[in-house]
Amino acid sequence: MADSITLQVTRYRPEEESEPTIQEYDVPLGRQWSVLDGLNYVKDQIDGTLSFRWSCRMGICGSCGMTVNGEPKLTCGAFLTDYAPGPVRVEPLANFPVIRDLVVEIGDFIRKLPSVQPWIVREEERPVSEGEYLQTPEELDDYQQYSMCINCMLCYAACPVYGLDPEFMGPAAIALAQRYNLDSRDEGSRERLDVLIEHEGIWGCTFVGECTAVCPKGVDPAGAIQRYKLTAATETLKSFLLPRGAR
Amino acid sequence: MTRRTVEPILWLLFSSGGVMAALFVPVLLFLFGLAFPLGWITPPDHDHLQAVASHPLTIIVVFVVFVLCLFHAAHRFRYTLYDGLQIKHLKELVAVLCYGGAIVGSALSAYVLLTVA
Amino acid sequence: MSGHPAYTEFHPRWYRRQMSTWWWLGKRAYLVFILRELSSVFVAWFVVFGLLMLRAVGQGDGQYQRFLDWAASPWVVVVNVVALLFVLLHAITWFNLAPKAMVVRLRGQRVPGSLVAASQYAGWVVLSAFVIWLLVGAG
Repeated sequence: MADSITLQVTRYRPEEESEPTIQEYDVPLGRQWSVLDGLNYVKDQIDGTLSFRWSCRMGICGSCGMTVNGEPKLTCGAFLTDYAPGPVRVEPLANFPVIRDLVVEIGDFIRKLPSVQPWIVREEERPVSEGEYLQTPEELDDYQQYSMCINCMLCYAACPVYGLDPEFMGPAAIALAQRYNLDSRDEGSRERLDVLIEHEGIWGCTFVGECTAVCPKGVDPAGAIQRYKLTAATETLKSFLLPRGAR
Repeated sequence: MTRRTVEPILWLLFSSGGVMAALFVPVLLFLFGLAFPLGWITPPDHDHLQAVASHPLTIIVVFVVFVLCLFHAAHRFRYTLYDGLQIKHLKELVAVLCYGGAIVGSALSAYVLLTVA
Repeated sequence: MSGHPAYTEFHPRWYRRQMSTWWWLGKRAYLVFILRELSSVFVAWFVVFGLLMLRAVGQGDGQYQRFLDWAASPWVVVVNVVALLFVLLHAITWFNLAPKAMVVRLRGQRVPGSLVAASQYAGWVVLSAFVIWLLVGAG
């Protein structure tokens, strides 16, 4: 096996160029090197001007998402040996504006996320003296997979609907809304419905399913969105058929 | 406000139409589109078909299947046009053409089914 | 990011990529998706074809035979072969995806998606057999 591999890295230096360019770097093909290790080697040994985000190196922080050979990936979990003999194309996450090199502007997602209130909403908090909120294993099972989301935004990069219409609420935000809707302790589903049923909230989704395919944590946002559409549609029907008080 | 009430209803029509299309269309299209005209299976004679088609239950089922299939197709095609051709700026026009087609098709279905009976 | 701010104080020159009109050719999954969505055209064609057939039946035996002859002409057969393939793609993808959208519970237990899909396929087979029996068998 060759002892090095070529990374074709997208560079974008707004002070110098108006379009991204591609720069090649040869990095050692270590047996357990991830694409992120390769990028860090470039940064440390070859070219200190390369910019990219990373933090934990273990698939938890969700900051090192990039496009590797056309697929949205956490670069800490994508191994160079799997791409040998290379070259490996490393581009910024799709569907987000690029700030510099491999760094994208994520403000859109960061603004959308709190709008679905991804936390437990209670009409009335129970006093501590009454003890904890109890939950059965089945009740935990209802939402647990959605709680694995690490906000890495790979699903947004994989979603053509989001790419075409940034008004769309997007996979992770809806899956996280569902995570709390399905939690037996939560009472905020009505407020979340009001946000998601409007505009492009959920209706823009055409079930491409790529969000689920690329999720590094095994979350199924595509399924969550379809389930949510069913809930939203039944709620709407109910509001037609039932008088206001009965809802 | 309109979006709030209309879109969920359209989605329900789309979904129930999707079920109908998945359940009924493959077998019917195979029989009437290929097996009968090409003689793979002897086509039912006219009287039998007339008898089946004019039974009230058949009329209701066929009408429901046709209408839901039309709304299913309209809804899905509308989004295919938005996404595939990137023409969301024409969305009112596309919506009118798609759902308008489904409404006209439903009216035609009702007319044809009642004349067969 | 509704709208496209061309300039902000701190990030004056974000690079915004445009999705190509042909984005759905770039990836196999996207292509299958767009083909699945195009099945809608053939579902609509089926309704048109069915209405023509029913009208012919309503106009008597002669018209019905003429309809069968027309349906056997090469271009109609070709259209129907293509339509059948698309409709099957729709049916299969629909049955496979439906369990994701719907959670079925039996006695408080969540029914696994594979079982939901399997029962849909079983229902499909039974219904198709019934339709064939109604049209061909029950003479």
